[in-house]
Amino acid sequence: MLAKRIIPCLDIKDGRTVKGINFVDLRDAGDPVELAEIYSREGADELVFLDISATEQKRKTLADLVYRVAEKVNIPFTVGGGISSLEDVDVLLHNGADKVSINSSAIRNPQLINDLTAKFGSQCIVVAIDAKQIQGKWIVHLVGGKVPTELDLFDWAKEVAKRGAGEILFTSMDNDGTKDGFANKALSRLSEELNIPIIASGGAGSVQHFIDTFKEGKADAALAASVFHFKEIEINDLKENLKNSGIPIRI
Amino acid sequence: MKVVIINYDAGNIQSIKFAIQRLGYEATLSRDVDEILNADKVIFPGVGEASSAMRKLKSSGLDKLIPRLAQPVLGICLGMQLMCNSTEEGNTKGLGIFDVDVIRFSKQVKIPQVGWNQISNLKSDLFDGIVEQEYIYSVHSFYAPLCAATIAESLYDVTYSAALQKQNFYGTQFHPEKSSTKGAQILLNFLGL
Repeated sequence: MLAKRIIPCLDIKDGRTVKGINFVDLRDAGDPVELAEIYSREGADELVFLDISATEQKRKTLADLVYRVAEKVNIPFTVGGGISSLEDVDVLLHNGADKVSINSSAIRNPQLINDLTAKFGSQCIVVAIDAKQIQGKWIVHLVGGKVPTELDLFDWAKEVAKRGAGEILFTSMDNDGTKDGFANKALSRLSEELNIPIIASGGAGSVQHFIDTFKEGKADAALAASVFHFKEIEINDLKENLKNSGIPIRI
Repeated sequence: MKVVIINYDAGNIQSIKFAIQRLGYEATLSRDVDEILNADKVIFPGVGEASSAMRKLKSSGLDKLIPRLAQPVLGICLGMQLMCNSTEEGNTKGLGIFDVDVIRFSKQVKIPQVGWNQISNLKSDLFDGIVEQEYIYSVHSFYAPLCAATIAESLYDVTYSAALQKQNFYGTQFHPEKSSTKGAQILLNFLGL
């Protein structure tokens, strides 16, 4: 049976992890490769690296990082952040990334999804969507969630799937950072209306939140950053709990 | 030991090279006929779309070479699918090594299948040290149904071939190079054949 996936997300700036990290066994808290290895050993099913740097050097630094991660890590990983062209994706995949995620660039140029999936295959193209509720409607946002668009979450998600995306990474900005749980209503609607896997993001604060997003939210995977970084939740404990709750999970 | 990964511009082969490296061996990426013929082990990777991958194989004559190889050959993911008679993806004729036709999952399930699924009914040295119901990582929209060459099964939509074998030819639908320590064990078993 296909297992639900637990995905730690690492924010990267200039080739280094940002946000504080509480791992005592970490020699270099800013080294994404070392952190990735630890997550992998603890039972993470996949990893996401989100590059938030905006320097000229960015592309090369990110490609180098991808190469170093691929060298050491034996689970799949996705790279996102500022990817906007076929060349960007080509470089990252050739350096060993398994998937890339695109967000704002897909909103600005939806044809990019078709072009990328035609060239590289749906399986490696994840479309990330940031949305929040405005007057009861889920509205897609740009630029890390700062700028609202005209797009309705569910319409945009359907278009993204139709254009060939392999997965959708949905971040609820209403839930992100609250540690109050994932946006399960919206997630379950996405899961019912679309025929591609949905990754839940935003709001993880407890083990129960993960149980809820898999059961009520019908998510295929759940992504979180700070609860793992700060060791508020240990991945192996989380997975044991999920398994005991009857959720198919790889231990 | 000389390990060659067939390089025909089909997706993420760097990961396979690294996985072999982590096991203490060097793998060469090559499309050179002599180099492939002289290898002790050959890995035939593949990510992407079937018909364009097949076109690339044909343009370099690799479609004729691969079925003639006598050493252990491991097809991974699309590589395995291209070793079958045909695939529904792009109505593509395959290399005909495994006597089975690859088809698409039905709309009853989410497509692609992405993630960790279990393998069972393991019937090959490839799975030495791997227990029944072990989790491995796959990502695919098409699958080979069960057939005489099936050496491992998985369940998604239907029970399908997670791995195939005929004589010196092996194929895994899953990605051993991305399947953590168990995948590494499977690759090590292949290198030990």
